[in-house]
Amino acid sequence: MAVAKKSPNTEEPAAPEGPIADFSKAQELDAYRMMLTIRRFEEKAGQMYGMGLIGGFCHLYIGQEAVVVGMQMAMKEGDQVITGYRDHGHMIATGMDAKGVMAELTGRTHGYSKGKGGSMHMFSKEKGFYGGHGIVGAQVPLGTGLAFANRYRGNDNISVTYFGDGAANQGQVYESFNMAELWKLPAIYIIENNRYAMGTSVTRASAETNLSRRGLSFNIPGVQVDGMDVRAVKAAGDKAAEWCRAGKGPFILEMLTYRYRGHSMSDPAKYRTREEVEKVRTMHDPIDMARHRILERKFASEDELKKIDADVRSLVNEAAEFATNDPEPDTAELYTDIYR
Amino acid sequence: MPTEVLMPALSPTMEKGNLAKWLKKEGDAVKSGDVIAEIETDKATMEVEAADEGTLGKILVPEGTADVAVNTPIALILAEGEDKSEIKASKPSAQQKAAESAPPAKSEKTEAKAPATPVPKSQEKAPEAPETKVAADPDIPAGTEMVTMTMREALRDAMAEEMRRDKDVFVMGEEVAEYQGAYKVTQGLLQEFGDKRVIDTPITEHGFAGLGVGAALAGLKPIVEFMTWNFAMQAIDQIINSAAKTLYMSGGQMGCPIVFRGPNGAAARVAAQHSQDYSAWYSHIPGLKVIAPSTAADAKGLLKAAIRDPNPVVFLENEILYGHSSEVPKLDDFVLPIGKAKIARAGSDVTLIAWSMGMTYALKAAEELAGEGIEAEVIDLRTLKPMDTETIIASVKKTGRAVTVEEGWAQSGVGAEIAARIMEQAFDYLDAPVARVSGKEVPMPYAANLEKLALPSVAEVVEAAKAVCYK
Ligand SMILES: Cc1ncc(C[n+]2csc(CCOP(=O)(O)OP(=O)(O)O)c2C)c(N)n1
Ligand SMILES: [Mg+2]
Repeated sequence: MAVAKKSPNTEEPAAPEGPIADFSKAQELDAYRMMLTIRRFEEKAGQMYGMGLIGGFCHLYIGQEAVVVGMQMAMKEGDQVITGYRDHGHMIATGMDAKGVMAELTGRTHGYSKGKGGSMHMFSKEKGFYGGHGIVGAQVPLGTGLAFANRYRGNDNISVTYFGDGAANQGQVYESFNMAELWKLPAIYIIENNRYAMGTSVTRASAETNLSRRGLSFNIPGVQVDGMDVRAVKAAGDKAAEWCRAGKGPFILEMLTYRYRGHSMSDPAKYRTREEVEKVRTMHDPIDMARHRILERKFASEDELKKIDADVRSLVNEAAEFATNDPEPDTAELYTDIYR
Repeated sequence: MPTEVLMPALSPTMEKGNLAKWLKKEGDAVKSGDVIAEIETDKATMEVEAADEGTLGKILVPEGTADVAVNTPIALILAEGEDKSEIKASKPSAQQKAAESAPPAKSEKTEAKAPATPVPKSQEKAPEAPETKVAADPDIPAGTEMVTMTMREALRDAMAEEMRRDKDVFVMGEEVAEYQGAYKVTQGLLQEFGDKRVIDTPITEHGFAGLGVGAALAGLKPIVEFMTWNFAMQAIDQIINSAAKTLYMSGGQMGCPIVFRGPNGAAARVAAQHSQDYSAWYSHIPGLKVIAPSTAADAKGLLKAAIRDPNPVVFLENEILYGHSSEVPKLDDFVLPIGKAKIARAGSDVTLIAWSMGMTYALKAAEELAGEGIEAEVIDLRTLKPMDTETIIASVKKTGRAVTVEEGWAQSGVGAEIAARIMEQAFDYLDAPVARVSGKEVPMPYAANLEKLALPSVAEVVEAAKAVCYK
């Protein structure tokens, strides 16, 4: 591409100015509702897994909700999202229907992939959600390709590629970083650093544990963000998006976050203490913190929040009900969708 | 009504587990997400979380209980306003509800009682794979001018024509632009289409193959050139897991219109890492189409078809064939059907089946055999997946004898697949077992004499053909 011949990028993003800007009432309430929807959806998925209605691997997003909700607030129509297998939250945040997502988890006819993809493989072209990928790190070149397509078409859309702290050690991530900067692709890379890759902590797997620095040798700016504060995520997302849309190339955001549940449903849980989990849960929970702010700033009363809780709960219950009663795919589906 | 907490399964195969510990006691307030108990199996432990806000009304299974069946109610949670007196009343229905929400495949007993969950159809017989009909080659109008060109030129022309036709088509790979292609297949494309559409990549096969797949998911039509297919092993995950499977895993939503192409098979004197045939590897994969032409005309018509195809296509070229010249019809839009074999030479005594470089051995062998009074029919498969079984079977029914020719290894090779299909569909017509001529099962040696021995030869094809003719 023409830009490849330009001199390397030496511009650095401006340093953050002061404390994180507060959300407006509407932003706080929208973010709260969305984070809560993801939390309740995941809790329900966990229960349904426990009942045997969901099979295989099922990776819950509980604890990390602020990351995708904040980022989604920084995106616009036509932007694309791609992630790994811990993907339910991303789908809900992009506006995919909870019923369709849950029915895919149970492997039924009206799941987003007609029951043929499952928890780790779901897509929605309509909502700009490109999966849902089960091979650790594979979504990174793919997301870079989505950014390439935006660049090729000359639109001002960006792609947002999520991957974990474990995935950040995959070689293909760096192959992607190099091409993205070389060709100035509008790609935001979100490293969801939840401190563990299965049972391996970042410190046991990564020589450089500040993952926002992983783009340094490619001249890609990187910033560490409090991924438990939806406002911080949104603010960082806005900056990164602006950078990408201005044609300055890719941007890395390392989201410091935490997963409360096991890696998948079956997890020996021997690699961290209960105290560690409890501490994050009680001191830094993204939803509790949002709730606290809402009450403090009188954006809503306890009763109004209860009403939101009830709405969310019934949405999730309906999804679960739908996903339980929807029939399994017709056997004729075995041979469809292999070729177009 | 109090909400039941059920004994969860940690995995789809778990049937029972131990209730290790209660972390809340009766009367404790709980809210959604609070860990209330710990369960364990020999493999893992799991925390049971409260699904609702309320009070832990009653513990039904005490801690330390071993072998608690999955879905057994282990506790009751009282909602705001409910009190303990409601527990008794709800108990019978508790059991019933557990049964109703039981997993479909767990045990026959629960299955019978579970009308809410559809009966799994896993015991059903798999339906027949649908058959696809492939159109015949287009007629070439009488008087069409035939132009002699190399396969290299034919491939270049195919890409250039498709790039003129569709602005979503672009080429990327190592040395494809300024260097004009490591094997000069992309010669002149940069000059005509510019560096937006003819893109030199860094040496990052895994990365740029994946980037191409991403661009294809977004609707572009990339042609990804591998300098040779040997290097695509670094990218094979993206080709198979991302390109080939995404349409299926997305229930038909996400197509991947991409062509992966480059030279395949044995080159000359480059030894084991640079000399390997991937025909069998990629033709194993549902979701991929695999093409391996042997003539300039087929290369052109099939590459144009591959670029237009909405599916991922693996296009296996051959370094030695790049320089071979043959006639290509001079037509505005010469496109050949994917999935159709060609009778390259008609005969009645024995069928030789080959593709790509294998065709050079097969045709020369047919020539020699004719001199000895054996008329061989030579089938050029051209497409390996989907394979044109019909043409093979029709020929074998006529000749009663078949020899497959490939540069790849025999085990799990394409020849093995062809032999199996003939055995399944034309067993009664066979007058001799199917013979396979293939690469020897060794890494490709460097020494000239050994390399020659490792590859199939015309003499081996002649010998095999005579053997199945009992001559
Ligand atoms: C290439 C590959 N290797 C290994 C695995 C098995 N695996 C699945 S998830 C995982 C850990 C990844 O951790 P991280 O990237 O931090 O994401 P998180 O699960 O924390 O969201 C591993 C090793 C895989 N799916 N793909
Ligand atoms: Mg992680």
